[in-house]
Amino acid sequence: MAILVIAEHDNASLKAATLNAVAAATELGKAAGGEVHVLVAGANCAAAAAEAAKLAGVAKVRVADAAHYDAQTAENVAALVVALIADKAGDYSHLVAPGTSYGKNVTPRVAALLDVAQISDVVAIEAADTFQRPIYAGNALATVKSADRVKVLTVRTTAFEAAAVANEGGAAVEALVAGPDLGVAKLVGRELTKSARPELGAAKIIVSGGRGLGSGENYHKLLEPLADKLGAALGASRAAVDAGFAPNDYQVGQTGKIVAPQLYIAVGVSGAIQHLAGMKDSKVIVAINKDPEAPIFQVADYGLVGDLFEIVPELTNAVG
Amino acid sequence: MKILVPVKRVVDYNVKVRVKSDGTGVDIANVKMSMNPFDEIAIEEAVRLKEAGIATEVVAVSCGVAACQETLRAAMAIGADRGILVETDAELQPLAVAKLLKALCDKEAPQLVICGKQAIDDDSNQTGQMLAALMSWPQATFASKLVVADGAATVTREIDGGLETLEIKLPAVVSTDLRLNEPRYATLPNIMKAKKKPLDTVKPAELGVDVAPRLATLKVVEPAKRSAGVRVADVAQLVDKLKNEAKVI
Repeated sequence: MAILVIAEHDNASLKAATLNAVAAATELGKAAGGEVHVLVAGANCAAAAAEAAKLAGVAKVRVADAAHYDAQTAENVAALVVALIADKAGDYSHLVAPGTSYGKNVTPRVAALLDVAQISDVVAIEAADTFQRPIYAGNALATVKSADRVKVLTVRTTAFEAAAVANEGGAAVEALVAGPDLGVAKLVGRELTKSARPELGAAKIIVSGGRGLGSGENYHKLLEPLADKLGAALGASRAAVDAGFAPNDYQVGQTGKIVAPQLYIAVGVSGAIQHLAGMKDSKVIVAINKDPEAPIFQVADYGLVGDLFEIVPELTNAVG
Repeated sequence: MKILVPVKRVVDYNVKVRVKSDGTGVDIANVKMSMNPFDEIAIEEAVRLKEAGIATEVVAVSCGVAACQETLRAAMAIGADRGILVETDAELQPLAVAKLLKALCDKEAPQLVICGKQAIDDDSNQTGQMLAALMSWPQATFASKLVVADGAATVTREIDGGLETLEIKLPAVVSTDLRLNEPRYATLPNIMKAKKKPLDTVKPAELGVDVAPRLATLKVVEPAKRSAGVRVADVAQLVDKLKNEAKVI
């Protein structure tokens, strides 16, 4: 029995979340007894597949390279994955995908077609069939046991270290016959936020802003220089995103990104439970807020009460 | 065009739940229950499509205990035309709910299902995608914009790194993200009107669906608490702590 990982990639390279998913699958492989295979479905995706073959713990990379996987729509990718798992030769006991917007979109479709449950956002593997996952915005942790023949899971990327690039010889890369093009969904376009800063999900330091910044202009004027000095990614609370201070993909929280950097600096963020759910596993949390009663201070390692318009520029000057 | 909107009764957004001391779950006795916020956005979007003359009927569906009737009434107060309660006291997991919704879609033949992207209790984020799979329909999850015309939906989706726009053929499933719309407050006259709207009740067995859970919950625990740290007096002290105590910069 083997474990299949759905790789998230942009054809040219793997997304960082794939490395965490591979690490979770490797851990699962030790518990369940089975090798790890990675599926790369894309168009002209040989480079991403070659990268996957170099990851520690990967025994085989299976590549479906066809024009109709270019947009990686849930319909086409799920049909391919289901065919791979239904094929007896593959003999998969588990399917693992990163708990990102991509993994969350595709994986439940696969589970339903296999008539099995999905276990979302796994944070710990207790046994081959037993997993821990957060519920109620992380205010409780449930241990669940699956009785299904194939276990389908998405993993919370912050809960697993990234797999190392250590397999110099490289795992075997096998070309697959592409599945059908269902032709029911068409990509019209993507507007990706362009930024020279690190990706939010993989950043070591995050500078995050809330409603206390007052405007989008202040958000950029105050936080960008600090983030640049620290080599940090920018984040935001839901309130800041709703108010238009920052783009939607900056949102940290229960329904946005879940992050766990070495250092999380929350500026003008009050700390609603939904926001805390997205960042409370950070190693060190700094809160800067004028309201000494703000709930963010209850989780902050270092709290500084005061006017962020004075504190942030001063901090920017003092670091680096 | 008929739109079906599933709505879930969950612990209210503002309630911080407590884990039961025996580790069997969270304590929801005497806790305020409300409609899942993402489902409220779904109802609002469906009602707006009806107001724009694109949809003809909005049907709200809830699966669960008898008290889910309140959730359906709330959906009808926003503007849904009628409600269907799939009543059961059994624990319902996403796959079972998707199967119940499939049975209703087979019967009601909606052109569009708009659902919340996730429920804020189990945080699964599965049901819409599962329903789309079971119906062999396309899906567009995490929608921040929805345009329906000519037998297709053009959906802007919130994805990691930005936005993506998909065109999907109807019938289809769309799941809502936070910024799709701001749901209206139900007015008192509309709340009164909602009480008179039709509400049917069916049982899972009548729909021929086996809702037996596939996952057994072994235990539920509270996560490790983060202890509050220290207040620093000024920026100099903060930088000193970050450099020399936490060693993170």
